[in-house]
Amino acid sequence: MNFKRISVITGHYGSGKTNTAVNLALKMASEGKKVTIVDLDIVNPYFRTADFKELFEGNNINAVLPQFANTNLDIPCLPGTINTVFDQKDSFVIIDVGGDDAGAIALGRFAKQIVNDDYDFFYVVNSYRYLTATPEEALASLRDIEAAARIKATGIINNSNLGNQTDIEIIKSSLEFAENFSDISGLPIKLTCVNKKYIDKISVNAGEILPVDIFVKTVWE
Amino acid sequence: MAEKFLMKGNEALGEAAIRSGCKHFFGYPITPQTELSAYMAKQMPKINGTFLQAESEIAAANMVLGAASAGVRAMTSSSSPGISLKSEAVSYIAGSDLPCLIVNVMRGGPGLGGIQPSQADYWQATKALGHGDYQLLVYAPASVQEMVDLVGKAFDTADKYRMPAMILADGMLGQMMEPVAFPDKIEPEDLPKKEWATTGTKGEREHNIVNSLYLKPEILEKMVVERFKRYETVKQNEVMVEEYLTEDADIITVAYGASARVTRSAVNMAREKGIKVGMIRPITLWPFPEKTISATADKVNKMLVVEMSMGQMVEDVKLAVNGKCDVEFYGRTGGIIPKPREVFEQIELLAK
Repeated sequence: MNFKRISVITGHYGSGKTNTAVNLALKMASEGKKVTIVDLDIVNPYFRTADFKELFEGNNINAVLPQFANTNLDIPCLPGTINTVFDQKDSFVIIDVGGDDAGAIALGRFAKQIVNDDYDFFYVVNSYRYLTATPEEALASLRDIEAAARIKATGIINNSNLGNQTDIEIIKSSLEFAENFSDISGLPIKLTCVNKKYIDKISVNAGEILPVDIFVKTVWE
Repeated sequence: MAEKFLMKGNEALGEAAIRSGCKHFFGYPITPQTELSAYMAKQMPKINGTFLQAESEIAAANMVLGAASAGVRAMTSSSSPGISLKSEAVSYIAGSDLPCLIVNVMRGGPGLGGIQPSQADYWQATKALGHGDYQLLVYAPASVQEMVDLVGKAFDTADKYRMPAMILADGMLGQMMEPVAFPDKIEPEDLPKKEWATTGTKGEREHNIVNSLYLKPEILEKMVVERFKRYETVKQNEVMVEEYLTEDADIITVAYGASARVTRSAVNMAREKGIKVGMIRPITLWPFPEKTISATADKVNKMLVVEMSMGQMVEDVKLAVNGKCDVEFYGRTGGIIPKPREVFEQIELLAK
């Protein structure tokens, strides 16, 4: 797969940004790329990139995490080391942003550094999320995020799923939604996330398929 | 098949309330409940409803008292420390015989505690959410779909008996995402009329009075006793409980909410090993499913209560069992969710 040096992952909250970002990082690392993942989510208390610290260490992925994530300090601040990802040009970078415009505010401060670099700004969409269930609603959410981030999106990642009730039909029936969303937003579909177990059963017209594992789950699953 | 959406527990609670005809939400943000307030802030203006972020939790709960007095479906939500702050108003709401919905998405305590999931507010919800003789209807969902279903049930039952209802969830249920289908939307105008509501006499009837102050002890006692007669009817009619693989079981686990999800996995693991174990899952915590537990205690030797606390519901289980079988407890607290394997190991110990 061809990736720009920086991939920014944004979206409506609950669209599956973190699971997508983690899979993307693993994919790049498996291709022999040097990868840094940045957890820019300082709004969400549960299910966050920082939870996968050991997975990153085991796969030679450099992780830049909010320094107080999962500690006793409830301080939503970002580490200074984030700036190094814009200087060290030999590494691919994945930035996992918090949900909605509220989560994208933290991204705005890096807008200049990102747009001066080689980047993609992805909008992750799940057609089964209640508040982005029509292409028009998804577009409104995207516009809010772009305004907060002060960066325009460059592509769409279709991560449509129904959690543990996702089957191949659920994914297939989202393709039309993604194409409609692509039409009204003028953005290309870059990736469609498909659980690895269904990978042989689907093909897409636009962009590529990203085979994914489900990392973000509850303890009883 | 009804149309399905992937929803976070917190926002599913919000949408379910709107579909139950609730157009009045008063809140104050707190993790891990905030998405519910945020959802209402976004959606209420679209349906011509009221979203109000009050200056404090107690103010929000008192606004619910005011709105409920006027006969509308009203709600507030918070997480553990915020629920403590609301407790004064909840007592007034109960003392005024008003229906409403209170959502508690529990986190670790006491004090400010933490922001991870907990079930340590069981006592608070079922015994003492504020001063005085009274009860709340307490519903304990164990999935995002059940959160949706129980919101409607809670509003209906609260209206029926003129008493406040609580959804007692936890941070995991609030934050996790599952597929849900929603019921059709009910318009507030289509709900049964509340003849007691303070909506203005228009010169055509006597004043309706909503009040919890009774200075004459004889009158106050009569009010409370009448309320407790209603509670007896609630106990007869409104208990909800799920039994899972209890039919042939030698060991019974008892768990609610997220703990029941963990315990169900543990029961399945134990069944694979040939251990005859089942689960009783209280869906209403008040009224508590005493009869189910008592009847089951006649048939089994051991019960294992699993909670995300130091052991609170276990006391109600022991009262219902009344010495007829052994009752053991396993819990994690402070924001830790027990893993299915931990609970399985406890079941294995009991099976020896």
